[in-house]
Amino acid sequence: MWRYILKRLLLMIPTLLGVAILIFLMLRVAPGDIVEMKYAGTGTYAPKEALDRERAQLGLDKPLWHQFVSWMWGIVRLDFGTSMWTGRPVTHEIAIRLELSLQLALMATIVAIFLSIPLGTVAALKQDTWVDYCVRVFSIAGLAVPSFWLGILIILGFLIIFRWLPPLTFTSFWVDPKANLAQLIWPALAVGYRYSAVATRMTRSAVLEVLREDYIRTAHAKGLWEKVILVRHALKNAMLPVITVIGLEFAFLVGGLVVTEQVFNLNGIGKLFVESIAQRDYIMVQTLVLLISFVFIFVNFLVDLINACLDPRIRYQ
Amino acid sequence: MRVSRELSKNGYLTISLTIFFALILFRASSLAAETEQPRSGGELVFAVGGTPPSFDGHRETTFAMLHPVAPHYSTLLRFDLLNFPKIVGDVAEKWSISKDGLIYTFNIRKGVQFHDGSPLTSKDVKATYEKIIFPPQGVASARQASYAAVVDKIEAPDTHTVVFHLKQPSASFLANMASPWNFIYKADLLAKDPRWYEKNVMGTGPFVFVEHVSGSHWVGKKNPNYFMKDRPYLDGYKALFIRDTAPRVASIRSGQASIEFRGFNPAARDDLVKALGNKIVVQESSWICNLTAVINNEKKPFNDPRVRRALTLAIDRWEASKALSQISLMKYVGGLFRPGSEFATPDAELAKLAGFGKNIETSRKEARRLLKEAGVPEGFSFTLKNRNIKEPYEVTGVFLIDQWRQVGLNVNHVQQEEGAYFNDFRQGNYDAGIDFNCDFMDEPDLQLIKFLSTDKSPLNYARYKDPVLDELYEKQGRAANLKERLNLLRQFEKRALDEQAYQFHILWWQKINPHSAKVKGFKAVPSHYFMHLGDIWLAE
Repeated sequence: MWRYILKRLLLMIPTLLGVAILIFLMLRVAPGDIVEMKYAGTGTYAPKEALDRERAQLGLDKPLWHQFVSWMWGIVRLDFGTSMWTGRPVTHEIAIRLELSLQLALMATIVAIFLSIPLGTVAALKQDTWVDYCVRVFSIAGLAVPSFWLGILIILGFLIIFRWLPPLTFTSFWVDPKANLAQLIWPALAVGYRYSAVATRMTRSAVLEVLREDYIRTAHAKGLWEKVILVRHALKNAMLPVITVIGLEFAFLVGGLVVTEQVFNLNGIGKLFVESIAQRDYIMVQTLVLLISFVFIFVNFLVDLINACLDPRIRYQ
Repeated sequence: MRVSRELSKNGYLTISLTIFFALILFRASSLAAETEQPRSGGELVFAVGGTPPSFDGHRETTFAMLHPVAPHYSTLLRFDLLNFPKIVGDVAEKWSISKDGLIYTFNIRKGVQFHDGSPLTSKDVKATYEKIIFPPQGVASARQASYAAVVDKIEAPDTHTVVFHLKQPSASFLANMASPWNFIYKADLLAKDPRWYEKNVMGTGPFVFVEHVSGSHWVGKKNPNYFMKDRPYLDGYKALFIRDTAPRVASIRSGQASIEFRGFNPAARDDLVKALGNKIVVQESSWICNLTAVINNEKKPFNDPRVRRALTLAIDRWEASKALSQISLMKYVGGLFRPGSEFATPDAELAKLAGFGKNIETSRKEARRLLKEAGVPEGFSFTLKNRNIKEPYEVTGVFLIDQWRQVGLNVNHVQQEEGAYFNDFRQGNYDAGIDFNCDFMDEPDLQLIKFLSTDKSPLNYARYKDPVLDELYEKQGRAANLKERLNLLRQFEKRALDEQAYQFHILWWQKINPHSAKVKGFKAVPSHYFMHLGDIWLAE
């Protein structure tokens, strides 16, 4: 097992390197650069010499291979570089937003788990009854309604009825939990609902499948309690695909909540990502892509480990 | 006799009533004056539709830097925002200009202190302007070109005098000294690190820096040692960075922010007025911003002036003004200069230029004739490239397509992300496009930049060379008086918009500033680049 873990960890390095090369080249193919966006974008008159000087200051006058090698060399030394837009270290810019994004992803995941597992299980147990139909309507509605639209409805509802809006600036949970939750609970509900819909559908079908397995029939034949059969045998096995879905969704939420962050004006990773792409802040985009890739790979790895623990048949030798 | 007595009685009554109402009016006005008396205290929270890149005003070009950062700084001169465009001294107490217009002498106020307590001297002003005009190696200066052509050298003969020696007279030099971008920096800090101000704040302005959380907010507090006594009124301010319009409007509607200094569109204004009633005040003005139809002069058939003239003739600007102003920022019909400014062409004269006439049927008939004469067939297709920004670009793009369709042209609207859009403009990979221009003041030196030959102005995307326009530009910049300058500007306008129609303005923008009724001392001016919080106060 330890060998497997080590192997998976080492495999992350070439994967991330591949991602780094890809994103580096893709960004350079996109038309325009940060200097042009800054000057032309605001209609400012700047002669070619001024633009060239700005490019030289940002290292954009160097050959591509030189830019790539110096970026990689920095990463090896854990120096991820400075944002071309703000001039501050990218790690500083990301750190400011990471707490919010991680907390939102975590809260949305909690909302999703608390909704999806009970609802999916009940729907499977009461298959084709009114309970099942209600759960199915609830989950299909969740899939059909984009979370940003739900967010807009929440905001409009608060504004029209209460003339109130969730706080616009982030306060850490450890500083003021009330202010923190007042801001994040609403986007967490909006995102968590859609997220739960995916997981509810998955839970329902996984439980249905497991309930038809021979070992469940055997457990019934042995006269085991229904509750024991469900929790110890059915749910434990049904959880494998559900955990995979929840894990992947969590990784997506860390950097993928662009529109929801815009609707609630959250200072998160997703918004930073989109703004950096629009500004052609190469260093920031490259680092964010690496970070999000790392989160995806790492969460996948964790999911595999949890699956191995839950299912004794899975052995990674 | 009886009649006269009655008249006399009526006279007394009239006089008594007049005195009575006059007293009431006097009391009411004095009460109003009492209630409008500025009061100190409170924190102004305002929304900013962007985030500052660096904190260096000399380097940056976006209002998103000016709005949160400018309140920490002073400039040499400044525009009096309550009497715009009057120029007043900021750290300069007074100034004089030599008879030949080549030497500008500024006397610096005594007792001005930086936020660290050190005194401001002429050395700081000299170092500031040398950084702007002659930036050292590795330092970017966005407005270097505006000064480098005219300024020869800067001297500081004593601690409170700064002298600018010009290479040639410049009609715009004094106004440029009031540029909101030219923050006065501390010479010692610049000497140690000319890029220090990109990440740090140290000024002499009415507010002291407190906190900046990237992408979230910026906080400043009152400078107790500000050189203008009794200013600022506010205890502090907080700028909330909200890029998207909907949450920005929501922030005002919910009361989390009191104002947004850039401006909203008519829909947002109406929404706020409907929701907040008398708790909101709306100030409107024209705006030194416009959208321009840019034509690729190198491509056939647009290299023919008859075709370009036909394109501008087809546009019904006067009707557009009425219709588009209801749904977008587009409003004022004007030539090369903002309607209402001292440089603007009077309506009667403007109507003589191609595309500005009030009889659209005649104009379109002429447009069709010119197209036919130039050999452009009915239904000729071309592409209009535009930014993928709804307001006011998309609206204007749709409008232009409709106008050109009415003279038999078939236009394909291509909206692009900014990078691709500017790249195509720079490479000449377009037929027609929509460009914009925004300036901080009404000044031909700024507003005509995009109309100079492409080898002189990288911002001219229309790809033409015209030595006549270049010469007129040079001459107007050195004109001895306004009359002479206006004469040259009319010639420039006639050639650029009418005879050659290289590219042409569509409409000038309207600036709409809805704000909380509690915000006082703010007056909307035609530019969103000014940010002087010194006069603003909050009613109870």
